[in-house]
Amino acid sequence: MEDPVIQYSTRFDVQAIRSIFPLLDQEVNGYPLAYFDNAATTQKPVSVIEALHDYYTGYNSNIHRGIHALAEKATEAYEQTRLAIQEFINAPEKEEIIFTRGTTEGINLIASTYGKKFLKQHDEVIITGMEHHSNIVPWQMICDETGAVLKIVPVSVTGELEMDELENMISDNTKIVSVVFVSNTLGTINPVKEIIKKAHDAGAIVVLDAAQAMQHLDVDVRDLNCDFLAFSGHKMYGPTGVGVLYGKRKHLEAMPPYQGGGEMISEVTFEKTTYNDIPYKFEAGTPNIADVVALKEAVYFISNLGKQTIRTHEATLLAMATEGLKEIDTVKIYADHHHKVSVISFNIENMHPFDAGMLLDAKGIAVRTGHHCTQPLMARYGIEGTVRASFAVYNTLEEVDRLIKAVSRIATR
Amino acid sequence: MAINEIQEEIISEFEVLQDDRESTIFYIMELGEKLPSMDEKDKIDINLIKGCQSKVWLITKIYDNNVYFRADSNTEITKGLISLLIRVFSGQDADDIMNANLFFIEKIGMHQMIGSQRSNGFASMIKQMKLFALTYRELNKHKKFNAHS
Repeated sequence: MEDPVIQYSTRFDVQAIRSIFPLLDQEVNGYPLAYFDNAATTQKPVSVIEALHDYYTGYNSNIHRGIHALAEKATEAYEQTRLAIQEFINAPEKEEIIFTRGTTEGINLIASTYGKKFLKQHDEVIITGMEHHSNIVPWQMICDETGAVLKIVPVSVTGELEMDELENMISDNTKIVSVVFVSNTLGTINPVKEIIKKAHDAGAIVVLDAAQAMQHLDVDVRDLNCDFLAFSGHKMYGPTGVGVLYGKRKHLEAMPPYQGGGEMISEVTFEKTTYNDIPYKFEAGTPNIADVVALKEAVYFISNLGKQTIRTHEATLLAMATEGLKEIDTVKIYADHHHKVSVISFNIENMHPFDAGMLLDAKGIAVRTGHHCTQPLMARYGIEGTVRASFAVYNTLEEVDRLIKAVSRIATR
Repeated sequence: MAINEIQEEIISEFEVLQDDRESTIFYIMELGEKLPSMDEKDKIDINLIKGCQSKVWLITKIYDNNVYFRADSNTEITKGLISLLIRVFSGQDADDIMNANLFFIEKIGMHQMIGSQRSNGFASMIKQMKLFALTYRELNKHKKFNAHS
């Protein structure tokens, strides 16, 4: 379903965008909601919500192997999303698209299958100091199990990767480099193409945690030449509980299955089971059909609008927020540089981020506070957490102005 | 002053704020600022209350058979919240603490204001304070029993 207002608009009209996000039109604590928690999850356009409704009211049925009309329709809708995702990330083959519950499951899948099969003692896995816990813990677990060593690329004071350190770290022992494409806490866009090149030169594979990239950046897996890419639907205007893992065919075929069950098999006898081909080998059990179906609408929403349009608007919001917050003496901004998506992490002097978040909430402004599941990054800055405002395409300059004024009021109370 | 009288006093103080969310939070933060800081030597993991999102340290002392509390937190709002509990409980009899019905919490609209996560933390603080009172009472019983036997 394509919204005509969006599709045929040549000029960016944020009010038109807002009109297709029903949730935004509400008051919180007596103020119009200003939703700046988009890096945690974005709101959903009406096309995504209607797709869920249409699925459950029109053709809910278990997919594959069904011979009746509804099963056919559901299967087709499910597989259409696979094609839409293939196009969205420019993957060579649709079989390289695996549906997961989200980025976390995608990374766990790689660690527990590829990692388990190919890592051995003294091999090295490289991650960075700005990873989300979901790109730390699965690697710690598999390193513990296999005897491989986990190495960490440090983060500079400006919130960027120390690329020289990375270069020194990569060696013949490096087997996997798993990097966050865009930092969820700082918004920093990492030079992943350069990292992939360096890793490949050393014979290592690269996993990209793209949870915060898909909604802002052009992501082309062929151009990047990454081995794996994991992301979540709900951070790119799609439903919760669905994500995507892209993997190169040669890797996916070499990997053992992740979970056993229905769908992932070719033939089962009590003596031996042969596994299904990719992608089904990695999609055991009845998948999250409805959310996969609705995810396609989120892809269409982004593609119809165009990522360049999204980025231009978000960059304006970020620039205004950065300038405004910088003028407040007691505000400290983390990662104030230009290789960023629309995320701003800050603290107010002598105020815990929880307290600041609660005071902003009292004014109808939703931000995230705390460590953002990046405790090692917080430790690097010697802080417990930050206040994070993350902007999406439906946010307005007026809302950012409210944020600046509210922070200013709190900071000077 | 008895526990219930203190609670009534708190309720009337909050009435002045007329349910204005921001004013109420600022007021709680002010209460937090007024609560004397704890000695750094007491801010250790063993004194942390489990189940709070922010860090809350709580210690207790007994004088004249009454239970006294001191607490601190790394966030002003939490410090303000525990200062209310200290005002209600500190210096009271262990039985009174254990049997106290904290009606002021609902009357001042605490749960709506602080949300479910902080409410859970607040409940953990109350639980820990009541647990201290219970421990003291049981220890005391034991001592009395030993003294009589």
